[in-house]
Amino acid sequence: MIKVWDIHGGIHPQENKNQSNQRPIESAGIPDRLVFPLSQHIGVPAVAIVSVGQHVLKGEMIAGAKGMMSVPVHASTSGEIVAIQDHPVPHPSTMSAPCVILKPDGKDQWIEHQGVENYLKLEKNELLNHIRNAGIAGMGGAGFPSAVKLNIQDEQIVETLIINGTECEPYITSDDRLMRERANEIVAGIKILEHLINPTKKTLVGVEDNKPEALAALQQAADGTDIDIVSFPTKYPSGGEKQLIQILTGKEVPAGGLPADVGVVCQNIGTSLAIYRAIAHGEPLISRITTVTGNACERNTNYEVLLGTPVSFLLDLCNFHQKNCSRLIMGGPMMGFTLENVSVPIVKTSNCILAPTADELPLSTPSQACIRCGMCAEVCPASLLPQQLYWFSRGKEYEKLEAHNLMDCIECGACSYACPSNIPLVQYYRASKADIRQLKQDAIKAEQSKMRFEARQERLDRQEAEKEAKRKARKLAAEERARDNNKSDPIQAAIDRAKAKKAAIDSDKPIVGKTSALLVRQGLEKTLTNIENRLLTATEKLRQAEQENSANVEAFRTSVEKTNIKCIKAKQELDVFNADNPVSSGASSIPVSISMPAEKKVLTGDAAQDAIAKALAKRDAASNMTDEERLQNAVTAITKRLEKAQQKLTVEKQKNGEHIELLASAVTKLELKLADANDAYLQFRQATNNQP
Amino acid sequence: MTEFISQYPFLAALLALLALGIPFGGLLGFAAVKFKTEGDPIADQVEALLPQTQCGQCSYPGCRPYAEAIANGEAINKCPPGGESTIQALADLLDVEAVPLDAEHGEENVKTVAYIREDECIGCTKCIQACPVDAILGAAKQMHTVIISECTGCDLCVEPCPVDCIDMLPVETTLQSWSWELPKPAEIIATDHSTEKEVTA
Repeated sequence: MIKVWDIHGGIHPQENKNQSNQRPIESAGIPDRLVFPLSQHIGVPAVAIVSVGQHVLKGEMIAGAKGMMSVPVHASTSGEIVAIQDHPVPHPSTMSAPCVILKPDGKDQWIEHQGVENYLKLEKNELLNHIRNAGIAGMGGAGFPSAVKLNIQDEQIVETLIINGTECEPYITSDDRLMRERANEIVAGIKILEHLINPTKKTLVGVEDNKPEALAALQQAADGTDIDIVSFPTKYPSGGEKQLIQILTGKEVPAGGLPADVGVVCQNIGTSLAIYRAIAHGEPLISRITTVTGNACERNTNYEVLLGTPVSFLLDLCNFHQKNCSRLIMGGPMMGFTLENVSVPIVKTSNCILAPTADELPLSTPSQACIRCGMCAEVCPASLLPQQLYWFSRGKEYEKLEAHNLMDCIECGACSYACPSNIPLVQYYRASKADIRQLKQDAIKAEQSKMRFEARQERLDRQEAEKEAKRKARKLAAEERARDNNKSDPIQAAIDRAKAKKAAIDSDKPIVGKTSALLVRQGLEKTLTNIENRLLTATEKLRQAEQENSANVEAFRTSVEKTNIKCIKAKQELDVFNADNPVSSGASSIPVSISMPAEKKVLTGDAAQDAIAKALAKRDAASNMTDEERLQNAVTAITKRLEKAQQKLTVEKQKNGEHIELLASAVTKLELKLADANDAYLQFRQATNNQP
Repeated sequence: MTEFISQYPFLAALLALLALGIPFGGLLGFAAVKFKTEGDPIADQVEALLPQTQCGQCSYPGCRPYAEAIANGEAINKCPPGGESTIQALADLLDVEAVPLDAEHGEENVKTVAYIREDECIGCTKCIQACPVDAILGAAKQMHTVIISECTGCDLCVEPCPVDCIDMLPVETTLQSWSWELPKPAEIIATDHSTEKEVTA
């Protein structure tokens, strides 16, 4: 006899197992529609690998695992994929989720599959791969991927392997029937697990003492092996993983820890069987045992159900009466959840469909005030203080909830069951747990946002600093230039130049104030020098080209000619200028003053005075002329203008321009003027001729 | 010495106090310089409680400036994204009365994330420049999109969009994010039970 320990608290609700555990397991058969949710386990949902219209065989993978924390999904019979879409799934939220929907062809044709001949020869990793590819997730209720749970690191020592055959929740008998009918397969599965985990001390199968037939069957099957079948007193919730470990080993899993921390690995009876089928026969997890019970069903029994079978199909098999049923529950009365929709499928974790009548499982009465009786604390299997947690939960005092180890609550519902005020304590804890998890996620996100915000701020600041640095560099460079120029500050330099020039002019030629004339001459002289230089180079190039017989000789020649012409022109301009503005300044001045007309020798201060002087001189000259000469000049001038006007007119006529009329009138006017002038001259001549 | 004390008790007391005061004052002054706290520890603690959406609804340019303002006596009820829980946490931290959210700065709404209608996006990059957490991806004349997991729902990107192609969509509950709700307090005393039934009936 193996020693067992007791756990704190626990309750003894009415078991109600006899209704369903009297008949052997029956096959539920093939419904006309199967629905496979992609997420039937804890972790990342699987990814559909089939397409609509594709024909699949029984056991064919229809959705692949995505990453380590995921398991694949297999078709549970042969048929055609009719849809991949959202469908209501068994979940307390009553929400829909992506599902693969299959229409069976009725042939139930297996895909080619083969078990492992001798798993003892297989590598651990290969064995785990077989288990993962068979889509096995914990079948006790949580649906944790088995391959992950069984992947024991080398440094980790597992002392005890525990197989959970407790099935402590009322009404459920699926594991009970399984143990009774398939004990040999279960034991074979446990042996595979033993090989995988290699427990250093022992392997225990824990079964409550309310299942004597199951105990006997297992004991018989395990005879001659090192597997110990342990029976212990019935109490809810001894089937909880941590509770069972405490019962069988006396060790408590630390808060927030895993069973592995105390050297234990726990597996469910159903999971052991599934692992046996997968290893020994190569069959993936495509069916499970589900209890259909409750007084609203005429037939209470266990079915071997193909995964994906709608709940309504099972209920029909049991002559379910909707009008008698108070509510439909998936799972047991303690931890199950209400089903709103009977089209949801049976999944890997669905161990029971409970259809109780209102008398059997009355709806909870409205809760009343907490009377601080302490019953909840007495029954709590996790040794928590449910009453305190309740107050903190209502006050949303999350820090205090955490300080009171809310996260160790297994949500077994014992406190709610015991509460004389009917307070739905577990609901408070579930909500608060979710809130705490949400707050933690929010905190992580806030931290991340802060980091991103700060990183962005830093980047913006850096860019701004870079801009500022560039701006400063530019400013500095500008200042540098300014300093360089300061040695000859532009304005100062200009003033200096002007002064120097003035001084030069003043010293050279005190009487010449004609700066402009001097500048023009300098410009002309410069142009001339430039052109002369260009002419020289051009001539040089031409000579070279001629020597080399280059093709460009002609071009050079024209350029020389053009430059030559320009040079001559420049010379003429300079000569003309010198003639008009005689300056005898320095070497560049030309002594032309002697040849200049007398009246032009009058040199005044500036150009305007000069012009006035010119005009005066002309008038004096004109006044010196005789009247005859003046009249003759006028006639000659008008004749000249007339000739010009006539020339213009002819040109315009040839071009057929638009100014013909204007020019024509101008010519007429000039002709009239000429006639007048001629008349005046002739009259004068006659008068003078008549006088003497 | 004793003679001096007995003769001039007042002066002696004064001298004694001075003799004590000067070295201890100096010690305190030295400690104040030597162990000077870097930064503003209260602002840091306040900032840790703020939701870091950087939305500016509090009229400060980000959570840090608001945290600093709170440390200097600003009201704690100007953060709509944080809502009542943040106000409560701040009140606990600063030991002040928790006050209701100041409606002037917005209401506590359901969590949203920005969503760019990508067909309509013209690629102007204005939203990218507005996003305080760099959660919008895109380039000039290229379609932009929001990195949902990084979006804080501050809706600062909505206003600059010249073609109004950004929507603030509530975060959808998925099977993974779904959670139980706190039961409604239906707590009644036993005698009320029958009357309530009648009322509902």
